[in-house]
Amino acid sequence: MISALWVMIGISLVLGAVLGYSAIRFKVEGNPLVEKIDAVLPQTQCGQCGYPGCKPYAEAIAKGEADINLCPPGGEEGIHKLAELLGVEFKPFGEGKGPRAKAVAFIDENTCIGCTLCLQACPVDAIVGAAKQMHTIVASECTGCELCVEPCPVDCISMQAIPEDISTWKWPYPVFAIAPVRNNPQKAEAS
Amino acid sequence: MRTLYRFHGGIHPEEHKLESSEAPARRAPLPKKLILPLHQHIGNGAKVAVQVGDKVLKGQMLASAQGMISAAIHAPTSGSVTAIAQHPVPHPSGLDGLCIHLESDGEDRWIERAALDFRAMPKPELLDRLRDAGIVGLGGATFPTHVKYGLPSGQRIDTLVINGAECEPWITTDDRLMREHADGIVRGIEVLRHLSGAGEVLVGIEDNKPQAITAMRAACAGSDIEVVAVPTLYPSGGEKQLIRILTGKEVPSGGRPTNIGVACNNVATAYAIHRFVDHGEPMISRLVTVTGNVRTPMNVEVLIGTPLTEVVECAEALPGTTGYILGGPMMGLEVDDLHLPAVKSTNCIIAKSAQLFPPPPPAMPCIRCTRCAQVCPADLQPQELHWFSKAKNFGKTQEYHLFDCIECGACAYVCPSHIPLVQYFRFAKSEIWQREHEQQAAEIARERHEFRMFRQEREKQEKAERLAQKEKAAQAAKPAVATPLPVAAAANADPDDTLQMRVDADIARANMQLRIDAAAARAKEQAAAAQPKNIDALTPQQQAEIAEIEARRAKLREIASDAGADDEPPKQI
Repeated sequence: MISALWVMIGISLVLGAVLGYSAIRFKVEGNPLVEKIDAVLPQTQCGQCGYPGCKPYAEAIAKGEADINLCPPGGEEGIHKLAELLGVEFKPFGEGKGPRAKAVAFIDENTCIGCTLCLQACPVDAIVGAAKQMHTIVASECTGCELCVEPCPVDCISMQAIPEDISTWKWPYPVFAIAPVRNNPQKAEAS
Repeated sequence: MRTLYRFHGGIHPEEHKLESSEAPARRAPLPKKLILPLHQHIGNGAKVAVQVGDKVLKGQMLASAQGMISAAIHAPTSGSVTAIAQHPVPHPSGLDGLCIHLESDGEDRWIERAALDFRAMPKPELLDRLRDAGIVGLGGATFPTHVKYGLPSGQRIDTLVINGAECEPWITTDDRLMREHADGIVRGIEVLRHLSGAGEVLVGIEDNKPQAITAMRAACAGSDIEVVAVPTLYPSGGEKQLIRILTGKEVPSGGRPTNIGVACNNVATAYAIHRFVDHGEPMISRLVTVTGNVRTPMNVEVLIGTPLTEVVECAEALPGTTGYILGGPMMGLEVDDLHLPAVKSTNCIIAKSAQLFPPPPPAMPCIRCTRCAQVCPADLQPQELHWFSKAKNFGKTQEYHLFDCIECGACAYVCPSHIPLVQYFRFAKSEIWQREHEQQAAEIARERHEFRMFRQEREKQEKAERLAQKEKAAQAAKPAVATPLPVAAAANADPDDTLQMRVDADIARANMQLRIDAAAARAKEQAAAAQPKNIDALTPQQQAEIAEIEARRAKLREIASDAGADDEPPKQI
């Protein structure tokens, strides 16, 4: 009886030590779910979700504070991915909140006064310029977040849709017209 | 006799080769206007090297290679550049691409041509010359040839496979080329052998081209190039399939032939290399089969950029033509309208008629008979791939090795439900590519955003540190004024000075200075909030530069307003 108790106590001590050690040794910094959600988000940092960037939105989703249908640039597919990741139901975009066509910002060089306000607004440093010097957009880095449009005091920034060209063209989903099946008169007679 | 191997599957579609293979190749008449797309090869489009209005000679470079994978474009005849503008190009999208428009002067005057002593040349230089001669693979994929042989160190090529299989129905350009220019092809093969350093050279030709085999064997007599007749079976002309037939080696999934020590080139590419190395002619023309619903099916030597309508005129399209196929019926591109230029990949134009190409019966649901899997030369499961592509389950398609599909169309050919399987696979592939592209863009955006946050944090910290230091200095100085015993504090603030009198004076001055500094800092901060401060403290040189730029801009504005008044359209480049 006593020896059995000792064995059980011994086992529990050993296992406790192992668990305690691994809790310290393999500790995960931060919430790994946030990282996973952040990886699904499109990283436009546009703030259309109401949070100041993709990471804060990911944190809000992980805490259960935000819905999964607040990210228009991610499109419906983004919602599907989030739903799958979090094990929740798909939720469509709210009225008039759907994704817009992809666009990049464009600065009208004749109007730009070089105020640097857009530089401060750009979340990905995709605008080049200096005070009283003309600013320009690095189109390849622009995420199309539109955050620079609002601060411009002379309204010289416009969003230009990216036209489809050969390099961005995609094969369409095969669609076929369904032809109604006509009764074959010969067959009908035979039967 | 060499042992031949089999690849999995394959089909026997009707060949339709005799229609066009028996007549000798003709040269198409010199077109008046040529349209040269900048993007005729895999990789980056070429970079325009001429201006509108330039007079150019035949063989002159019009656009140079840009980036790692690219090739140059040359003037196919002498004339003048009339525009550099958008024009429809042969592409499944039917969209326009940037093209150089060339008007021929009818003289067909060459630039200076010189043969190349390729054996005396270092290999990298020879590769650069091939790139600048616009040599790309003419087997269909138009992969720049110089890239194929610019191997990373440590990779070696043992076997060079020359592809003369030409397995696709209707097309006979390689057949004609081998019959008429076998010697030239062998010269080109010598250059390729030199480039690859391969010990073994095999030329694979399907056994439905006996004359081509005889001609090539005669041309290779006395050399150790082996011409091998391979059984006729579509798609034995696929690179991976031909390598399998000839060597028994299989290119690994997702790999290139060079991974297993094999390089593969088309006979037409070898001939183009011969034209360049021995005659100094860049890639400006190619053979095109014109066949189908035409009066005299034949092969035509066509300058790149020739409008396809003029190419078809050589063979006279018959009434009842409903459309055209560019390339073969298995892998080609269907177009309704021929207002397109011939490009480096144009190997065949088939005029369709309702008789020759009846419209496909409507697609019906997959019955999972797996006939597609039986014929797939890449050993895939097309029925599964179709299932997942249709459901847009792209992760699964990749698990089933979608990217090993060569889009040969054998699966769709045998499908009893007439499902256009290849269309589904192409859709899935381009969808996956786009997603990968977006993922990369998101990754870059994330990095840039994180760096920006880090930078802002750092700037804030630096500012706080500066302020803290000032505060410290101020606090070190303050007690000196406030307390009746300032000596210790003053000694702290200025430990080097030991003279009491000077200390007192210094403290008073320092106090005043501090207040002035604080006010100035406040003013500066306010100014900085409105406007950053990177244009003060300019050197006279910088000021001069700014003045110069301003003057230039003013002038430009003046010119622009003048030009606007003249109503002159802007130049397109």
